[in-house]
Amino acid sequence: MQGNHNTMDRVLFGDNQFFGVNHMSEEKARAQQMRFQDLQAIIDVLDAAYQEGIRTFMCTTHDRVEQICDYFRANASKYPDYQFYPCMPYAHKYANAVTEHGMIDALRKFLPDDGAVGAMLKGGMALANKDIEAILQLLIDAEMKMFHGLKTPVISMQNVITDLLLGIGMKEAFRIFHDHVRNKYGAEAGFITMNTPALLDVLDELGIENPIICSNINKIGFRMCGGIELYEKTLSTRKFRPVAMSVLASGAISPKEAIDYVCKLPNMESIVFGASGRANIRQTKQLIDELWVHRS
Amino acid sequence: MVRIGMIGLGKMGLSHLAIVRAHPQVQLVAACDSTAYLTDVLSKHTGLKCYADFDRMLAEEQLDAVLIATPSKLHASMVQKALEKGLHVFCEKPFVLDVHDGERLVALAEAKGLVTQVGYHYRFVGAFQEAARIVQSGALGTVHHVRAEAYGPVVLKAKGGTWRSAKNEGGGALYDYACHAIDLVNYVAGTPSSVSGVVRHGVFSRDVEDEVYCSLNYASGASGQLCVNWSDESFRKMSTKISVWGTNGRITADRQECQIYLREPAAALPELKAGWTVRYTTDLTEEVWYYLRGEEYSAQIDYFVKSCEQKRLNGQNSFRSALDADRVVAMILAEGSAANPGAGAPLVSAAAAPKGLLSRIFG
Repeated sequence: MQGNHNTMDRVLFGDNQFFGVNHMSEEKARAQQMRFQDLQAIIDVLDAAYQEGIRTFMCTTHDRVEQICDYFRANASKYPDYQFYPCMPYAHKYANAVTEHGMIDALRKFLPDDGAVGAMLKGGMALANKDIEAILQLLIDAEMKMFHGLKTPVISMQNVITDLLLGIGMKEAFRIFHDHVRNKYGAEAGFITMNTPALLDVLDELGIENPIICSNINKIGFRMCGGIELYEKTLSTRKFRPVAMSVLASGAISPKEAIDYVCKLPNMESIVFGASGRANIRQTKQLIDELWVHRS
Repeated sequence: MVRIGMIGLGKMGLSHLAIVRAHPQVQLVAACDSTAYLTDVLSKHTGLKCYADFDRMLAEEQLDAVLIATPSKLHASMVQKALEKGLHVFCEKPFVLDVHDGERLVALAEAKGLVTQVGYHYRFVGAFQEAARIVQSGALGTVHHVRAEAYGPVVLKAKGGTWRSAKNEGGGALYDYACHAIDLVNYVAGTPSSVSGVVRHGVFSRDVEDEVYCSLNYASGASGQLCVNWSDESFRKMSTKISVWGTNGRITADRQECQIYLREPAAALPELKAGWTVRYTTDLTEEVWYYLRGEEYSAQIDYFVKSCEQKRLNGQNSFRSALDADRVVAMILAEGSAANPGAGAPLVSAAAAPKGLLSRIFG
């Protein structure tokens, strides 16, 4: 188990490319899905990243991540320092289940069949304060099952959930998530969002200090709600641990220009990126190492 | 400040709730849903004032507008009550299940001078806006064919018990998926005058169709095809695509990109060269103040709020525009039931689900 204030690695490896997520093209997304339906193809890329010095895999709780976890459990000696940063949940499995089963039945489907909560949901009782906490904890535990025996020093909430809860005003859920991740998994909670300044206000209000916030940070302001100026101001004046994603804005900026911008921002702690080829991984990693402004 | 009340807190309703509540020009006054555990949780943990009864909310609260995201069969009566109360209305798609209801509501809203909008969010996706702009400019020459497709992984086995799988309640792939594709056709290429060759099949569902195919016929002589299947697991999520062919080229757009091929440069759009041009949604989309799961969901709410503030009555996705999609749906239902009375019967039964093509044909 890791302590609460571990530094994060500067470079984290993301997983969008493995699961057909591409913001530019459905064709490219499908081609990637075809390539990576073979587990070995994924492992080869993770291996290539590992050889370039990237030992942290930031991944959603997609069903297929379980196979990746199995591989790393079976080959622990080959990757002694390897670690996962789980991001939960993989939202489409919930969204499709809600369309098919309705909200409560979908929720029941993802909770363990036995126990008091299932029985309570079946009865349709009002969900009192304590029960929400119990349900969230059970959902987190269900998502974490696939990572048993692996190092997971940072556990994050996916942006579609963070931003849904943030918009609705269900602030308490952030506190429950933060505390459960810390108490049960000895991990630091992370929050992925497209709305960093607004989220930070709420986390401050909840007394969640120096939170890890992973959000789009790129030179063209792509999906940086509140605007790029506000993000820059937030980075330089507020206390949090920023992880930048979509640094390349899905390819809209040249890699050098894109990485140079992010590396020069104040207080930046980590950059997460995904790539499918060894050359791209090496180039991006080297650019970050070269352009990173060393901070005291 | 626009005072809004929300009705219906299902999947779309909750998504709207987050976006509406985050909008700086909106005061979310109250919300209404018949599911007590949900409203209890929301009122207790988010301080939202909640009602179980729509009529009571309308009677007791001072509102400027309502956002209706209830099951489709409830839309007509709720929209009517809201309009009679003098409220602007945003209604989820499909607008109504009966075209006569729709005509009456369009007339009522126009007579009262109220803002109306239906949640066809694809009209707020940059790549589709670009496709509509290019087709309407005439750059493709004379349009002779359009194809709209929507695929996704919703119903993948024989069962399901929500209103989305119930006949006559706005369930099925026709209302859930196809109406988006139909509205895109209307938006980009214009509304067809008739449909033919309708196929509506349950692949796994007993009471509703999981796939819809038909031809679209235009008064001009142009033709079209609609291909919809919500039982396709090869798609990660709903994926919608529109293609338009004209005498001077073709265009294909999905949520991500807009691919244009022109045989000759067009005077109307000098920025497009002969041959291929690809434009990406990421370049075409304006940033939104709050992002949840796609700029378009936030953009359509922002548009509605601005329409309320400016009393913009002829805006995008008005009831009148959405009724055109309902009319095409009605034509598909009429043509489909005449041509194929067994429409909706599943190809795969719950008891024995044959897997291969051969067993489907012979089983």
